[in-house]
Amino acid sequence: MDFKHVDTIIEKHQGKRTALISIFHDVQDEYNFLPEGALTKVASRLQMNTNDIYGVATFYKAFSLTPRGDHTVTLCLGTACHVRGGLNLLRELKSHLRIEPGQTTADGKIFLQAVNCLGVCAIGPVMFVDGEFHGGMNSIKAKRIIEKIGRKRNGVKHEEN
Amino acid sequence: MRKIKSVPDLEKWKEQIISKEKQHEAIISVCGGTGCHAYGCHKVKNQFAKTIRENGLAKKIRLKFTGCRGFCERGPIVTIQPQGIFYQRVQGKDIPLIISETVKKGKVLEHLLYEDVITKRKATSEKDIPFYKAQQRLVLGNNGLIDPGKIEDYIGVGGYQALAKAIFEMNPDQIIHEIKASGLRGRGGAGYLTGNKWENCRKAPSDGKYIICNCDEGDPGAYMDRSLMEGNPHSVLEGMIIGAYAIGANQGFIYVRHEYPLACKNAEIAITQAKKAGFLGKNILGSGFSFEAEIAKGGGAFVCGESTALIASIEGMVGEPRSKQIHTVTQGLWGRPTNLNNVETWANVPLIINQGSQWFSSIGTEKSKGTKIFSLVGRVKNTGLVEVPMGITLREIIFDIGGGPQNGKAIKAVQTGGPSGGCIPASLFNLPVDFDSLTEAGSMMGSGGMIVMDEGSCMVDVAKYFVHFLKGESCGKCLSCREGLKRMDEILDGIIQGKANGESLVLLEELAEVVADTSLCGLGKTAPNPVLSALRYFRSEFEEHIMKKKCPAGVCIPLIQYSILEEQCTGCGACKKICPAQAIEGEKKQRHRIQTALCSKCGSCKDICKANAVMVQ
Repeated sequence: MDFKHVDTIIEKHQGKRTALISIFHDVQDEYNFLPEGALTKVASRLQMNTNDIYGVATFYKAFSLTPRGDHTVTLCLGTACHVRGGLNLLRELKSHLRIEPGQTTADGKIFLQAVNCLGVCAIGPVMFVDGEFHGGMNSIKAKRIIEKIGRKRNGVKHEEN
Repeated sequence: MRKIKSVPDLEKWKEQIISKEKQHEAIISVCGGTGCHAYGCHKVKNQFAKTIRENGLAKKIRLKFTGCRGFCERGPIVTIQPQGIFYQRVQGKDIPLIISETVKKGKVLEHLLYEDVITKRKATSEKDIPFYKAQQRLVLGNNGLIDPGKIEDYIGVGGYQALAKAIFEMNPDQIIHEIKASGLRGRGGAGYLTGNKWENCRKAPSDGKYIICNCDEGDPGAYMDRSLMEGNPHSVLEGMIIGAYAIGANQGFIYVRHEYPLACKNAEIAITQAKKAGFLGKNILGSGFSFEAEIAKGGGAFVCGESTALIASIEGMVGEPRSKQIHTVTQGLWGRPTNLNNVETWANVPLIINQGSQWFSSIGTEKSKGTKIFSLVGRVKNTGLVEVPMGITLREIIFDIGGGPQNGKAIKAVQTGGPSGGCIPASLFNLPVDFDSLTEAGSMMGSGGMIVMDEGSCMVDVAKYFVHFLKGESCGKCLSCREGLKRMDEILDGIIQGKANGESLVLLEELAEVVADTSLCGLGKTAPNPVLSALRYFRSEFEEHIMKKKCPAGVCIPLIQYSILEEQCTGCGACKKICPAQAIEGEKKQRHRIQTALCSKCGSCKDICKANAVMVQ
């Protein structure tokens, strides 16, 4: 893997240590996860201990140290979604995709994650798939959406919103 | 864009914007809030643009893509000015009709109006809709009038007038006095007096000070800050600049959750525009005062909503809270005095400066002034964002504004204050909503989540939900929080699994007390609240789980069973087809039956049954 983009990202943030979280966000946007090579590069450029770099990378939930699937399915488990059956949805998605949240399906297509709140509470339960929100979910609707993305080709464009 | 250098300059710009706006025969505003996005408002906006272009009306009609209007349940929402017509659930096919009938002929399209469920009366404008009637939308109101990407829209509704007034007509002490006199308390949850915080930070000696806007809205079930930052970022920024001037800070940060990409984007645009117009940067409005603001993105950690953890996160470190023996107003970001306020608090500042502390303090109760925005969600009919004067009762919010139960089941409680708060039972719904009453009832105001629960919600499950959430979000610094919450989660899990005994509740309460007493930060200190309030008001539900091994609400999977009601079943076969466990048997047009041994309790049959024949016990 080529990490020259890491340099560009660090320069964009003027090599500031305080921009570490923003640098991680940009690295993850570029490589889809935080590769080891990128982290060691960030450590040496910011003159930080690799241990501290890993400390920050593993503390925040937004970052993944393993590659994610082509499509990301995010299920909201905020309180509003929970009281409208969010957990039931998670159970169904887990058994349908045969993975746990935070994992990618064996074919590398779908990355499933459960988050604490997406902030679209009024239309819960909410699922966020490849940049689009889907409200008022139930297990049947959720499975239909998953089946639809299963048929799609890779590399879905994220909607600008 | 022009650079504004004085008050008359700003006045002139505003007049120009207003007279330009008046040249339009109609203004169509499409709600661009995140809820409406899920309903396809992007398509609606694009369709409008296309239809307007095709009809050659581009010069006569202004199309606005605004922030969240609050009534997310009925999206996509479209309003037509100058008549003030309010259309809901607008679809692509309605758009040519809106242009040809409403805009050109002034005719109202009945099928797009909101219909009151009880009276069946149709409402033409926002003020006729019960959801909006009891609200007082001082902070949220402009969301529907402005395009968040256009500073001109904000100037047109009187934006940055408060900043000009603060800088040219008041000195920092007068501003702080005004904020103190208004009685404004922090909207992030703790309710500390904003003016006092500012004063302490101003008095702290230092060669540099910072201010921070906390938009790390981690409370599950709340999204007010998101909607404000997305829909009216300039109002937050204006409040911050006034605060910075009063405190003597020259640098500010807006800490935004990474889950809110649109809020990040709109805040970024607002900063760029405010800089170009001369409201930010060096020598603001020619006054000699300088202030810069930048965005810091969060990394998805609930604990970073706590001020010292948030500061650590901006510094690029692990978001662990520290002791507050020395407050952040004395020693915060990089060891310098730092004043942190929540998004909604900042957005209230321009209102107070413009209209005076006396006006502001006339709204609300004795100790809680002004309005508060709540995210009214869960099992209630009208979900969305509501802004109400402090002191309004829970009943008024849930029944008059919220329209009562969502699907016929009686409402039994409302959860306020997020994971630090608690559940308030329906018997206390006459309680006035203010900082102190909610705390007395064992909950708290929090940042403004209001999650309604009905007879289909299990209070043991809700208590377990919050403990499980906090267990995952504990930063791990304090043993009692890290391990205590884990043990509390295990006990609650035991209750849900039907494996608990009579001593479980005693142990649970004991642990709750220890976690609250021995944790360092607010997360641990308030973590037991959801459990203790549930035990205080709904103890019998816990006992039923423990003694009778039953979940009265039909939620806890190990304690429930699905069955089909013979007299209701039409034999359509939909449930049999959808069942992933092949647990349903029955011939077409005959009564169907669930084989309990095979049932995975997924609820698919209940979701799909049109005859409401699937029962949970």
